[in-house]
Amino acid sequence: MISYADACRIINEHRGESAAVTTMTQSSYWNKVSEHPDLDMGISNGMSKASSVALGIALGDPERKVLCLDGDGSLLMNFGSLATVAGMAPKNFHHFVFNNGIYAITGGQPLPETGVHYADAAKACGYKATFKFDDLESFENSMAEIMAIDGPTLIELVVTPEPATEGVDQTWESNAKMPRQLRAMRKHLTGKDDWGPGGPFI
Amino acid sequence: MAEESITVVPVAREGEAIPIAVGLHVAGKRPVVSIQNAGLYEAGDALRGLAIGIGLPLVMFIGYRGHNRKGDTPDSAAVFLEPYLHMWRVEYFVVEGDEDLDRIPLAFDRATKTNMPVAVAIGTEYAPEDIE
Repeated sequence: MISYADACRIINEHRGESAAVTTMTQSSYWNKVSEHPDLDMGISNGMSKASSVALGIALGDPERKVLCLDGDGSLLMNFGSLATVAGMAPKNFHHFVFNNGIYAITGGQPLPETGVHYADAAKACGYKATFKFDDLESFENSMAEIMAIDGPTLIELVVTPEPATEGVDQTWESNAKMPRQLRAMRKHLTGKDDWGPGGPFI
Repeated sequence: MAEESITVVPVAREGEAIPIAVGLHVAGKRPVVSIQNAGLYEAGDALRGLAIGIGLPLVMFIGYRGHNRKGDTPDSAAVFLEPYLHMWRVEYFVVEGDEDLDRIPLAFDRATKTNMPVAVAIGTEYAPEDIE
């Protein structure tokens, strides 16, 4: 198994100017290593939809690589998105799936089925290339090659589960974070600072 | 129906449509969502967290399946649409015929001014001659 910290560190080393869309446990580890917060998007209030937001960014900004740091539970909930991604076939879309077998954020309940092979499923749906790693060394040695090939790619990482011991942070301030991040990323990608406040949090 | 200036992103379920629109908006595109009322119910959590929750200026064209001007329909997809939009406090306009088309630019204006999703419900009786 690979640790969240190692997985995020290695992805970050190969990130370049990629946009990164993260969710759940991946977000907290990613935020510790990322040096480009303006290109980061942590999806915290949209169950399972990180991969769909990432797809939208990839289609809207085809010259920039988009990395999605998804979870297995999230992908199971949004499984049809594999076909949606394959249908649009964005070359700049790289889908990392952190397979921990549990719903970590809600305390570690097991997934309905822990034997799903996400890399195989993505391949069957039409992703251009898929990979599965359960040891750090193989992943680390392959990452440069993976990032050099055209997407859509899916990279399944078997990670050590880290069930949350506390509830999700739901404050006015924590909920304002995602809307602010989205505006910052739009400003960074388009050069336009034209998305004003809206919604309950900002 | 082909309109070259529009890129269609077909989705496997409606819940994907709103977050894809979020990503497109972030990347500087001008997305709209085009789904049926039953699909809008399916997309409920995405509407909550990723449209209303972030203040997304988004026009959603919603097929008003089961709608008729008599107001008497056995289709629960039609019965619940307007109460559902009220529940989410989503502004909406109903388009039942050509005479209502000026409500569409109004919907775009409202979405931009309020930074919120706005719905345009397309009545099933509305079938312009040039669309088959």
